[in-house]
Amino acid sequence: MAAPAIDRAAFAELQATAGADFVRELVDTFLEEAPPMLAELGEAHAAGSAEAFRRAAHSLKSNASTFGAATLAAMARELELQGLAAATPASLAALARQYDAAAVELKALRDE
Amino acid sequence: MNDTHHAPARLLVVDDNKVNRLLLTRSLELQGHTVASAPNGRVALEMLKDGAFDLLLLDMEMPEMNGFEVLEQLAADRALRDLPVIVTSSLEGLGNVVRCIELGAEDYLAKPVNAVLLKARIGASLEKKRLRDQQKELVRRFATPEVAQDLQQSGFALAGRRVRGSVLFCDIRDFTALVESQPPEETIELLNTFYTLMFDAISGNGGVVNQMIGDGLMAIFGAPLPLADHAGAAVRAAVEMVELIDLLGNERREAGRAAVRVGIGIATGEMVAGYTGTQQRATYTCIGDTVNLAARLEQHTKVALRAILVDADTCAELGDRVAVERLGPVAFRGKALPVEVFAVTCGAAAAPATRAS
Repeated sequence: MAAPAIDRAAFAELQATAGADFVRELVDTFLEEAPPMLAELGEAHAAGSAEAFRRAAHSLKSNASTFGAATLAAMARELELQGLAAATPASLAALARQYDAAAVELKALRDE
Repeated sequence: MNDTHHAPARLLVVDDNKVNRLLLTRSLELQGHTVASAPNGRVALEMLKDGAFDLLLLDMEMPEMNGFEVLEQLAADRALRDLPVIVTSSLEGLGNVVRCIELGAEDYLAKPVNAVLLKARIGASLEKKRLRDQQKELVRRFATPEVAQDLQQSGFALAGRRVRGSVLFCDIRDFTALVESQPPEETIELLNTFYTLMFDAISGNGGVVNQMIGDGLMAIFGAPLPLADHAGAAVRAAVEMVELIDLLGNERREAGRAAVRVGIGIATGEMVAGYTGTQQRATYTCIGDTVNLAARLEQHTKVALRAILVDADTCAELGDRVAVERLGPVAFRGKALPVEVFAVTCGAAAAPATRAS
């Protein structure tokens, strides 16, 4: 079985410090905000816009680590640091898959 | 002291990212503060001009107007330049952190923001703001034309006054070697942890940190507010600091990192306390022989291989309450006569301050 996309300890700590009800809303906000960020990343890549690319990767990294989505955060960080030139359609697709996996787990955790 | 530290305040959170903004706002509200938020720098500046805020929590990476531009605008604005700013960001690179601090940010917290650190940093920033506001109020109260003229003629610095208190200097031993042994990000993290722990021990015992110097700091006990047992409070803070650093050292050893040690010097006596600095940057400080002696004692911990050294006046005020060992007279640079030096030997302070290297 694949490693969990969400670090349960980090997520539990978030719930403990911010409150479970609040975290439910926060997950919903992330699930609304993240797809446009991923889309922006792809558009910036296609358009060759390095600054927009870096910024989208930065936001995604920041939010992913908030929810304990460690792998997603690490992948977004790689994209932020290495920039547009190093990114490939394959690395963006891998990021999108990792987001999907994180989103599934986050929904499950939210509804627990 | 802790109560004034964490009194509710009016805070402004600036972040373009909705998740970050909501979460930070929530954490601060749970700490009892009143929180407003803005999605970018431009909106934040408008809000700052309209309402009174005690503290700004600022993201760097934002559209329309980024955090660096906000810091520049604040520094240029007479009414806003004293507003404390804590940068909350996940910017990559030490250079960006340094740039924030050079632009006047008071502190830097990496995202995701740790709730305990957040609380400590906000407490420290608000305490500093409270001191500055107190000072401004003092100036307002006394600055009638007659008083201003009198002050000018008598040649006294405004609010500079003689006080009796204790001064504490603390410094990380072998910091240079430590810096070279680990990545810069880890050094910044270590410094942040170090300052958080030290601030806590000092303010918890009624002291005020008034200077942070690279890997060290200076704290005053007995000014700006009088403190009954300033020498005892300073020594209690020092013992706590050494204990906290010991704990941090154990944690680091377990993580395979180099341990951390500190040296602390404390002197007690008369000094002149007041604000010094320029229009842009002022600090509350104390000057005089007592301050110099405390700094020399801190340096001498490297030679004496003790964690905490105190002078005779501090020792006399301690009485039998704290175990000390008399190390005998030491000739210090800038002192005509040798000075009696004592080592505090209770608790974790009994261990040597450093290994010979």
